[in-house]
Amino acid sequence: MEQTLRVKRYDPENPGEAGYQDYTVEVTDTTTVLDALLTIREDMDGTLSMRCSCRASICGSCAMRVDGQAKLVCKTRISSVAPNGETLTIDPVGNMPVIKDLVVEFKPFWDKMRAVTPYLQPEGVIPEAEYFASDEDMVHLVGVVNCIQCGACVSDCTVLEVDDSFLGPAALAKAYRFVKDPRDGHQKDRLEDLNKPSGVWDCTRCMQCVEVCPKDVDPMGRIMVMRDMAMETGFNNTSGSRHTESFAKSVKKNGRLDEMKLAVDSMGKFNIPALLDSAPVGLRAMRKGKFPWKGHKSSEPDKVKQIFEKIEGK
Amino acid sequence: MKYAFYPGCVARGGTPELMVSANAVMDRLGIEREEIVSAACTGAGVLQERNQKLGDALNVRTFALAEKMGLPIMTICSTCQGVMSQANRRVLRDPEYLAEINEVLAEEGLQYKGTTVIKHFLWVLVEEIGIEELQKTFTKELSGLKFAPFYGCYIVRPSDALGFEEHPERQTSLETVIESTGAVAVENDGKTKCCGLPILLINQSNAIQMVSNHTGEAKDLGADAMVTPCPLCHLNLDGYQPKAAKRRPSGKIDLPILHLPQMLGLAMGMQPKELGLQRHIISTKEVIGKAASAPVAVR
Repeated sequence: MEQTLRVKRYDPENPGEAGYQDYTVEVTDTTTVLDALLTIREDMDGTLSMRCSCRASICGSCAMRVDGQAKLVCKTRISSVAPNGETLTIDPVGNMPVIKDLVVEFKPFWDKMRAVTPYLQPEGVIPEAEYFASDEDMVHLVGVVNCIQCGACVSDCTVLEVDDSFLGPAALAKAYRFVKDPRDGHQKDRLEDLNKPSGVWDCTRCMQCVEVCPKDVDPMGRIMVMRDMAMETGFNNTSGSRHTESFAKSVKKNGRLDEMKLAVDSMGKFNIPALLDSAPVGLRAMRKGKFPWKGHKSSEPDKVKQIFEKIEGK
Repeated sequence: MKYAFYPGCVARGGTPELMVSANAVMDRLGIEREEIVSAACTGAGVLQERNQKLGDALNVRTFALAEKMGLPIMTICSTCQGVMSQANRRVLRDPEYLAEINEVLAEEGLQYKGTTVIKHFLWVLVEEIGIEELQKTFTKELSGLKFAPFYGCYIVRPSDALGFEEHPERQTSLETVIESTGAVAVENDGKTKCCGLPILLINQSNAIQMVSNHTGEAKDLGADAMVTPCPLCHLNLDGYQPKAAKRRPSGKIDLPILHLPQMLGLAMGMQPKELGLQRHIISTKEVIGKAASAPVAVR
């Protein structure tokens, strides 16, 4: 059967002519998006530029956006994304500058990987042979080591879309790999760095990275664990940490969330500039009758508190 | 049709107009419900980052309460839906984990067997009531109005926790419901992206940029309003829009953010006050006017 692909074209020598170009190719049930793109390049239009190599979702070269969502195109069958032969729109991955057509500049990606010190820094006596780590620890880390650095998560990250200083899901997943490695001696320094602006607290928990990762690395889940580790290590002086603590306190007390208190606690009770800056928003909301003066509670807050105590042991 | 109703904290807190409009619209639709008054907050993903088991236990307690009532849960919050769906998936996949949590719940005599169904009101409309029945309650044909859908992250991701395989229609349910009123659903890229609320109190600049991008995009596409099934998205997109507007070249956006039941209420010909439409930061006057002058629905 026939399948049409609308492919984003960009030629740096003729930037004015950037746009979509339609190609129609013959496909079967098992044709992948990459197969179709290769057919276009080999048989129809040799000027189309893209990256690909292994064709087996190992090398991580062929991440692209298919109908707006980042995917490894070698792993994506056309029949799974266009079951009724719908036209597929192919764009380069997002949040990185385009070099030509579907090829992007990965420098920002690698710069952020470098920024998280992506190598082991053991401390103490150097063993005569290997550094030992338990099977359990390594099996856990394999979940993150599986990252093939394809950039799909970076492409669709909603924070990077508005702030390119954010370390981003791939680099933070890499950071987790070393924070959690029992052989590393710099866990505390790493967490201190990750606790700074552009680090773990800037993730908005939108789960795009979880959704698009072709290797189930779960970058957001790793970021959440590092938030908890940072707090447990004593890095509590951030809005993010205060936000989590205030949230937990409110639910523990009333069974429900008190949004007003959450706002004040997160900014910091003595952070007068931030509080004043937000005052107009608060006042507008009050004038419109947005906030319940009495607060709201579970009908059995004690039962909720009991669960907190039982699980947290305090 | 009867549900164990779980409105969520924000409907009981910062968006009272959601509660009012949801009740009015559900009454009109004849949806019977009994609120799970003892239920706790879902944790909204925030508690989970501190202690996932704690978050899961609070949610499993809610599932057990609904199970005891013999009713499926219905929520009106995308975030609550997602957090509950994820918790339910985790315990159903891991019986040992569920047993551990049941042990905690045993103290108040509760036990979760794993049978509770959790459905957002949006899904109830599409799957249980059905578009045809829904349309029977409309007295207005909102043709001439354009609405921009805005789902909220938790009701679209992770897709494998949300039953999309069994219910593919859920992925376009918001557009389906918007179009059932006769209005046009504009095609905004931002519809499944993050509103920015989770980082509002952590990195306000980024959160406001998200509001600016999404509401600005919808406005540029000619939307009269944005419609969301998520009160958390509403809080940010409505409350912080005046600040976000400063980031647009024109310095203004003025896009009303309607809760899903409010849009339905307009199609049902309800009065703006019944729907709490006076309680918005961004004025809803124009969209109310357009809905009021919309033609009578002929069915």
